[in-house]
Amino acid sequence: MARFLVRRVLLGVLVLFLVVTLVFALFYIYPSDVARNLAGRQATPETIALIQARLGLDQPIYVQYGRFLWNLLHGNLGYDYYHNVPVTRIIATALPKTLSIALGASIIWLILGVLNGVVSAVRPRSVVDRTLTVFSLFFYSLPTFVLGLTLLYFFYFRLTLAGITFFPPGGYVNLVDDPGTWFRSLVLPWLTLALVSAALYTRLTRGSLLDVLGEDYIRTARAKGLLERRVVYRHGLRSALTPIVTQFGIDLGVLVGGVVVTESVFGIDGMGFEAVHAITDQNSPVIIGVVVVAAGAVVVANIVVDLLYAVLDPRVRLN
Amino acid sequence: MSEETLRTTEADEGRAAESAARGTTTLERPQGVEAAPRRIQGRSPWQLAWERLRRDKVAMLSLGFIVLIVLFALLAPLAAVITGHGVNEQFNDIGLDPSGLPRAPNGTFWFGTDDLGRDIFVRCAYGARISILVGVVATGFTIAVGVVLGLVAGYYGKVADTIISRLIDVVLAFPFLLFAIALVSIIGASLSVTIFVIAMFSWASVARIVRGQVLSIREREYIEAARSLGAGSTRIMFVDVLPNVLAPIIVYATLLIPSVIVTEATLSFLGLGVPAPTATWGNMISEAQAGGLYQIAPWFLAFPSLLLLLLTLAFNLLGDGVRDAFDPRGDRMLQK
Amino acid sequence: MSSTATVAASRSGESSDVLLRVENVVKEFPVASNKLFGRSHDAVHAVDGVSFELRRGETLGLVGETGCGKSTLARCITRLYSITDGTINFDGRDISRLEGSDLRDVRREVQMIFQDPYGSLNPRRRVGSIISDPYAIHGTVDGGARKRRVQELMELVGLNPEHYNRFPNEFSGGQRQRIGVARALALRPKLIVCDEPVSALDVSIQAQIINLLADLQSELGLTYLFIAHDLSVVQHVSDRVAVMYLGKVAELADVDDLYGHPRHPYSNALLSAVPVADPNTAAQRERIVLIGDVPSPISPPSGCHFHTRCPKAQERCVSEDPALLPKFADAPSHVAACHFPVADGEDLSTAKAAIDQEDAADVEDVGSVLSGLGETPGFAGAAGGEEAR
Repeated sequence: MARFLVRRVLLGVLVLFLVVTLVFALFYIYPSDVARNLAGRQATPETIALIQARLGLDQPIYVQYGRFLWNLLHGNLGYDYYHNVPVTRIIATALPKTLSIALGASIIWLILGVLNGVVSAVRPRSVVDRTLTVFSLFFYSLPTFVLGLTLLYFFYFRLTLAGITFFPPGGYVNLVDDPGTWFRSLVLPWLTLALVSAALYTRLTRGSLLDVLGEDYIRTARAKGLLERRVVYRHGLRSALTPIVTQFGIDLGVLVGGVVVTESVFGIDGMGFEAVHAITDQNSPVIIGVVVVAAGAVVVANIVVDLLYAVLDPRVRLN
Repeated sequence: MSEETLRTTEADEGRAAESAARGTTTLERPQGVEAAPRRIQGRSPWQLAWERLRRDKVAMLSLGFIVLIVLFALLAPLAAVITGHGVNEQFNDIGLDPSGLPRAPNGTFWFGTDDLGRDIFVRCAYGARISILVGVVATGFTIAVGVVLGLVAGYYGKVADTIISRLIDVVLAFPFLLFAIALVSIIGASLSVTIFVIAMFSWASVARIVRGQVLSIREREYIEAARSLGAGSTRIMFVDVLPNVLAPIIVYATLLIPSVIVTEATLSFLGLGVPAPTATWGNMISEAQAGGLYQIAPWFLAFPSLLLLLLTLAFNLLGDGVRDAFDPRGDRMLQK
Repeated sequence: MSSTATVAASRSGESSDVLLRVENVVKEFPVASNKLFGRSHDAVHAVDGVSFELRRGETLGLVGETGCGKSTLARCITRLYSITDGTINFDGRDISRLEGSDLRDVRREVQMIFQDPYGSLNPRRRVGSIISDPYAIHGTVDGGARKRRVQELMELVGLNPEHYNRFPNEFSGGQRQRIGVARALALRPKLIVCDEPVSALDVSIQAQIINLLADLQSELGLTYLFIAHDLSVVQHVSDRVAVMYLGKVAELADVDDLYGHPRHPYSNALLSAVPVADPNTAAQRERIVLIGDVPSPISPPSGCHFHTRCPKAQERCVSEDPALLPKFADAPSHVAACHFPVADGEDLSTAKAAIDQEDAADVEDVGSVLSGLGETPGFAGAAGGEEAR
């Protein structure tokens, strides 16, 4: 078991390292106009060269890479080119916003998805099941931004016109500062993310639970005379949930870098938002920082999920 | 259970159904007539799957809709001619109302106009081209690369497997959107870049699935038999393993297309896909969102969104149908 | 079966007659380590030193329980596995370490028929394509001639050549085995290794396939290594029989010698379990029930592998691994690996081992356990439970 864990962690580190290197290489290859932008339009070549030297951009690649890695290992992600703000601080401000969206939505979709999936699986091909399946497929086919805009149209625009100003048009307010507005401004982004993913989880849960309910040991449980509810929840769901949990873990990991669209639609300056702007400005340290954190989240999530799987399913450990 | 009784295979059922439908069985031959022995052609698993698919009404409907959209895309220039509006033509006079705002759908502009007075109907048709083109081409690349790498990793194992699996891990660990954004910002947005970026990230999932399949097939006895006959690895991979892997791949491909279409729309929406003024559904939605325009001109948002949603839905339904066609043991939820 | 061939072979007794010679073949599979660092030194000793000869035209039967290594041995002989130690000589040539195109050439002469009629044919390929595979791989026959040859083969094994384009799932189990036989015959091999070819079939079909194999042997002059776990099938089919236990050959003899005068206690136990048709004879027989289970091939017992279960085990059996030699006054063709072989007329059911062996529940105790359970509430005892139903 320890061997398994160590191997997974080493693997994760390797993957992270490769990702970081690739990102760095990508930005090095591209001739950057950062120095020129900073210097302003009238700047002389000397000024530009000076700025480049200050930013360390004139050093050979291995020096830059080495310094980058060194800093990275010390938890230093560099400084934003334009305002000299530590990237870690930028991420520290942006991350909670992304996490607010991600975590809130994920709880909603997990509960919604699993419940719907269970209902569907328990009564396959019934009216409820068919309706839920139709809904699932519908939302599953909706692109996030379309759903987001549609929700904004109906719940913000139309409602506001009708006099109900519950939903703001976007933006973010800190939880600490104003919980009420924080909540209200997050409802629509949550729904946008959650409805699409809930559809996926409904299908996943339904399929997984149906498979499990067809197993012989469930038939034995029923034959023993157990209450159907106990059979489903205690015996069936326990096995059926394993793939769901692992999928959830992976999805969470991906979310850190994946809510770009929702942030864009609702104007929330989380990680995705910062990344997009950093790219437009060619603010490499920020972009690299965001990618590192996002990839790190995915790697960590994968390791946790693998570990969880090994705990839940002993066969994996012994393989 | 005697294995003789297992003879009631799909083929037999199919043949029985066929002859029943035709109203002829061997018993019904009139007396004294020497009928020539009927040539019974065995039906391949593909033919059987196709027939199952044909019976699935929902899947057939979806297929029909997809064909419709494809026609819509192909005939886009025709749409421009019929309406008399070019795809990028701005009609500042008849296209916009006196205050400069887009017009709602009317007799001249069937889907209304956008903020620049362009015909949304024609633009939607051209947008369909992009969506379908990207969907098919990107999926094609993805499948090709993913299948080959998955086959190699699964069959050869050891070093090749380790390298390819690490590669898959790295690709899957990348935050796709962020990296796509980064890549596009460096190379510049264009149609080919969009296709390339999508394919570059999608092949990993395919390869992983294929690899898993190959790993399980590799231990089957007929593979052992092929080796004992003296077949080389390449031959076994393509002649013996691949046909057994194709079925799940086809299902995956059918479900990949809508995902690719949505990804392209998302990239375009963020301004990183196919650049304006080319008409793509993502672009149009993005323009609709700008400045809250969609609130005043909801049709600008509605039509491309609806088309995007319906096309994606159709592909998903078709994909479900294809999956059920290949594996009828699964739940027949969406069949009649 | 092909008695004339056997007689001719044993009469000449020359080494040019020997088609296959297996010498001290060992096959080990390393076991994955559970430790953090370093490899484990454990291995599964699937085949632990097997030697025998196979002469042209004869059928050697190979029997043993599941896990005794016979399938592994078969795959070693057909070089699907590479062997850890020992040599395999085929037709005068050492094939133990061949690779590449040399190995491919040898494959034309050694073919295999597999156990599972459902698993050994690729479900996505047409039968004609499957049978013509050898031609495609070795490039011997082309195009139209190929189809003709395949159809000839199909007729040879008793299939309708019209079914050339069908898929395996359209055939019954017996027919699929015939397809497997046809495929094996395509290149006119010299040796065919049959790995439990009839175990997965119904008894009536078994007879058909066995007869088919016999006919083919006399028609085409084939040599068979016939692996099975059903002793009566092996008796019918073989000229000589080898009994395997836990990776080693326990006994090897002409078929009548083995079935009439088994020397190894294991062979005796196996034969005592073969059903006998006559109920009177069956009632009179004493079944020899071996105690314990087959030990794990990862750490086989020392000395004679069978000593943990043998009714005649002594001290010597634990320390010394017996060699494969003729016992008592047997012919040189009848060898057994045992320190204390069973003589004719000896009753093994009364034998007692002289060493400690793993305890198995005594048969008498089961009765007391059952009667004890009768008092447990809810457990349907002999008489009282009937009314509750």
